[in-house]
Amino acid sequence: MLEIKGIWKTFNAGTVNEKQALRGVDLTLKEGDFCTVIGGNGAGKSTMLNAVAGAWAVDEGSISIGGADVTHLPEHKRAAYIGRVFQDPMMGTAPSMQIIENLALAARRGQRRGLRWGITREEKTRYQDMLQKLDLGLEDRLTSKVGLLSGGQRQALTLLMASLKKPRLLLLDEHTAALDPKTAAKVLALSDKIVAESGLTTMMVTHNMKDAIQHGNRLIMMYDGKIVIDVSGEEKKKLTVPQLLELFSKVSGSDEADDKLLLS
Amino acid sequence: MLNFIGALPGAVSQGLIWGLMAIGVYITYKILDIADLTVDGSFCTGGAVFVVLFGQGVNIWAAMLAALLAGMLAGLATGLLHTACGIPAILAGILTQLGLWSINLAIMGMKANVAINVTNPDNLDRLLVSLRFVQDVAKGNRPFIRHPILVVGLFTAAVIAVLYAFFGTELGAALRATGANPNMARAQGINTDTGKVLGLMISNGLVALSGALLSQYQSFADSSMGKGAIVIGLAAVIIGQVVFGKVFRNFALKLLAVSIGAIIYYIVIQAVVSLSNINTNYLKLISAVIVAVFLAIPYWKGRYFTKTSHKGGSAHA
Ligand SMILES: Nc1ncnc2c1ncn2[C@@H]1O[C@H](COP(=O)(O)OP(=O)(O)OP(=O)(O)O)[C@@H](O)[C@H]1O
Ligand SMILES: [Mg+2]
Repeated sequence: MLEIKGIWKTFNAGTVNEKQALRGVDLTLKEGDFCTVIGGNGAGKSTMLNAVAGAWAVDEGSISIGGADVTHLPEHKRAAYIGRVFQDPMMGTAPSMQIIENLALAARRGQRRGLRWGITREEKTRYQDMLQKLDLGLEDRLTSKVGLLSGGQRQALTLLMASLKKPRLLLLDEHTAALDPKTAAKVLALSDKIVAESGLTTMMVTHNMKDAIQHGNRLIMMYDGKIVIDVSGEEKKKLTVPQLLELFSKVSGSDEADDKLLLS
Repeated sequence: MLNFIGALPGAVSQGLIWGLMAIGVYITYKILDIADLTVDGSFCTGGAVFVVLFGQGVNIWAAMLAALLAGMLAGLATGLLHTACGIPAILAGILTQLGLWSINLAIMGMKANVAINVTNPDNLDRLLVSLRFVQDVAKGNRPFIRHPILVVGLFTAAVIAVLYAFFGTELGAALRATGANPNMARAQGINTDTGKVLGLMISNGLVALSGALLSQYQSFADSSMGKGAIVIGLAAVIIGQVVFGKVFRNFALKLLAVSIGAIIYYIVIQAVVSLSNINTNYLKLISAVIVAVFLAIPYWKGRYFTKTSHKGGSAHA
C-alpha cells in the first residue's frame, strides 16, 4: 500500500542550521497495516509523515501509495490518497467555518470542486448521524463555527474529516498529545474504531510507548533520521515497554537512562 | 448645513460606487487574509478601459465587462507574482500597482485623464450612472428610476447575490478554506495557490467594475483616481464591521455592511468638507488616521480586555 524507498531530506542545506532530518528511510506497509511510530524528539517522525503527505519534495528516494508514484505530486494532489490529523488541534480544521462546512470540504477531498452547491441536503442528515455516534454533543451544532469547539472536539472532528472520504492511508501525528489524558484516551479509542471499521492503512506517531505497543500490528522506532527498530505480528504483541527500551539502547548505543528521557 | 444636506444624495451615490470596490477589498482582506495593494491600480484600470471603450461607441455593458476582465487580469498578475514567483503578497500587489500606473496611462493614450463627452445628450443617455442624473431627477427631467442611488443600489444587490451564491458553492467554500486555514485546505485536497489567484482575480474584477462606475459618474477617468483606494476599502470594511458586526451574521449581510460602511465613510467625508472649510487636500490624511485608529481598536481591545479572538488558529504551521 505504502512504499517508501530510500528517502533523504536535509533542511537548510548549506547553512549553519543544516539538519539531515531523514537519512535513508525505507518502509513498506501492507494494505490494512496499522503502524505505530515512536522515537525521541527530533528523530524525524513528523518529517517522515510530512514527506509522505507532500509538504515539500524529498531530496532523494521515492514514495508510492497503492502502486501510484506520488514522489512528485504536490500536497493537495496527494490529499486524494491521504487523510491526516495533526498534533495541533488548530491545524486540521477551518476555525471560521461551520462544522458542517468543514465536513463538506472534507467529503470532497480528491474531487474537482466546481460550481455545484457546497453542501447538499442529503449530507446534512448524514453528518448529523456521524456526529451523533461521536457522542460529543456536536450533532445539534452543525452550524456552529469550529473555532468555538474544544481541542478534543476538534481532533475528533478532524479524525472524522480525515476518514469521511475513505483514504488509502491515514496519517496521525501525535494527534492526542495536546489533549488532557481523558480526552486523549477517548480520541485514541475513536481512532482505533475508525481504523478498524474501514480497515485503513495507518501510521500513528506517539510518544507513549504503551500506546505504541497496544495499538496496531506493527511498530517502528526512529532515531536520528532512520528507522532503527521494526517489529510486527506476534513479536509486537508480546513486546513490553522495558524490552522496547532495551532494544533501543542496543541499536542506538546509548545508555538506558538517556533513552527514558528521550522517549518520555 | 443646507449645503451638506444638498450634497447628501451625491455622497450616498459615491459611497455606493466605492462600496463595490470595498466588497472587492473584503474578499482579499477578510476572506483570503491578504492585504492586496493592487486595487489602487486596478480601480483606475477599470475606469480607463471603460472611458476609452465608451468613447469609441462600444456598448456600455460590453465596456463594463471589459473593465471587469481588465481588473481580473491585474489580479491574475498579482496572484502569479505571489504564488508562482513566491513574492510576498503585499509586495506583489505593490509591483502590479506600479506597473499598472504605466499601463493605465497607455490605455488612456498617454494622457493623465480622459473625459466622457456628456454635453452630447446621446452620450449622456447611454450612461448607467452620472452625477448629472442626481440633479436631473431632482428637477424632474429624468425618471426616478435613473437616480444613481437606485441604480447603483440595485447593481450592488445583484453583485452581493452573485457573490453569496458563489461562496456557497464547492469552489467558493474551497476559497474560504484557503483563507481560513491554508494548511487544512491543502490536507483536504484544495490547491491553495489557485484559490489565492482566483480570489485576487474576483476581487480586482470588482474593484475595476467599481472604477468603471465611478468614471461614468464623474464623466472622466484619470490616472490618479485609485490613489488610496485600499485605505477607503479598508475603512468601509472596518466601519461596516464596527457598526453591524454584532447584528449581521449572514454572509450576504456582511457584504451589505461593507457597502453601507462605504456610504457612511462618504457621508462623514462630505460632512467634514461641507461643515468646515478645511482644505480638501487634507482628506487623505484624515482617511489614513481614521483607518489607523479603527485598525488599532481591536488590537487594543485584545490587549487590555482579554477576550478570545474569533479568528484563532489559522495556519501557524
Ligand atoms: N520545516 C523544517 N525546517 C527546518 N527544520 C526542520 C523542519 N522540520 C523538521 N525540522 C528538523 O528536522 C528534525 C526532525 O524533526 P521532526 O519534526 O521530524 O522530529 P520528530 O521526530 O517529529 O520530533 P518530535 O517528537 O519532537 O515531534 C528536527 O531537528 C527539526 O528541527
Ligand atoms: Mg513531530
